[in-house]
Amino acid sequence: MKLAVASGKGGTGKSMVAANLAYTLSQTEQVTLVDCDVEEPNLHLFFPAPATKNDVTVPVPVVDAAACDRCGKCGEFCQYGAITVLPNRVLFFPELCHSCGGCTLVCPKRAIHEELQRIGTLSVSAPLPGLTLISGLLDTGSPHAVPIIEAVKERADGDPLVICDSAPGTSCPVVATLDGCDACILVTESTPFGLHDLQLAVDVAARLGVPAGIVINRSDGKDEATLRFCIDHDLEILTTIPFSREIAAIQSRGDLLCWVRPEWQKDFSALAAKCRSLAGVEQ
Amino acid sequence: MVYMIYARMSKKEVEHIMKVCITAQGATPDAKVEERFGRAPYFILMDSETEAFEAVANPFADGAGGVGPKAAQLILNHQVAVLISGLLGGNARAVFDAAGVSMYTYHSGGRVRDALKEFRNNTLERMK
Repeated sequence: MKLAVASGKGGTGKSMVAANLAYTLSQTEQVTLVDCDVEEPNLHLFFPAPATKNDVTVPVPVVDAAACDRCGKCGEFCQYGAITVLPNRVLFFPELCHSCGGCTLVCPKRAIHEELQRIGTLSVSAPLPGLTLISGLLDTGSPHAVPIIEAVKERADGDPLVICDSAPGTSCPVVATLDGCDACILVTESTPFGLHDLQLAVDVAARLGVPAGIVINRSDGKDEATLRFCIDHDLEILTTIPFSREIAAIQSRGDLLCWVRPEWQKDFSALAAKCRSLAGVEQ
Repeated sequence: MVYMIYARMSKKEVEHIMKVCITAQGATPDAKVEERFGRAPYFILMDSETEAFEAVANPFADGAGGVGPKAAQLILNHQVAVLISGLLGGNARAVFDAAGVSMYTYHSGGRVRDALKEFRNNTLERMK
């Protein structure tokens, strides 16, 4: 099963849920935890361990000025405006390039070849016997998070149980994280902001066809508006985590709730079971 | 969609004259100047002497990204020598710089015609 943890709003507790879920499940089975928040990954703070690091690269076009006759086909083809053809030379804007390779294919003179450009790092560690952690980190100044998210997810391909921790929001990085997942947990909090952004995240998951369930974090014990929304939209509340000073203190030390308070493991085991039925996976 | 209206000259003559491109909200020289470049609805290409004009609808006005250089490429294909707009992004500016097109800023909120007049009177500020 491939599971995503997303939210819409930032700071609702995605990483907390992902880390505790992965920790709990790793006691009994092999878990791969994937940090897809590649602009600011932080799951490694919960699971410090030496990591193997590799470059993530994307192909970018290089024009051979001698072979190019400035016909302009590459610039016409490029949907991202990354290539402009002037009468005497070709301008390339690497930050606009999405590495689709189209310019190379359409060039009638075969004057374009691709070279690999580094955009970030992929780290793999084994912090616990049952747990593999894969993290992506986008280089400062690189504009495209999606190829790194695709790289970390690809590294987890074929692993039996994968948990992908998403960036907040609803744009490309979130879509790239949710894409291909069997189910997703949307973490919210009982504030108007949490609910507003939850609605957006529910829309994204629905459009991608990924079944979604809700975790209410920092619950005030009532959650009226959130509950009403979930009933109206036929969304299951997978679990509710109370607004508690003790949990906040554990979390802000960088500790794991389920490690400090092992009694919480049964809540996260139950959460995993509900995710499996959401995903239609046999228990 | 390209409208071509030549006031006093044949098409052949127009093609050999320096053209000024002004970003516009509509398809005529009486439209207001659009201060955005890549997302301007129209580009009015004008002959600075005769005021003959050609309106080019901008197909990238609602595009998702990279609209600056794409619009710049479109303008360059029309052999423009001067560009007048409010603001230009770095990429579009790099294209015009490389192509040797002079760029001028217009912020007075007037019509395309007014901007051309200011250009002819040499009162527009050059973009650096």
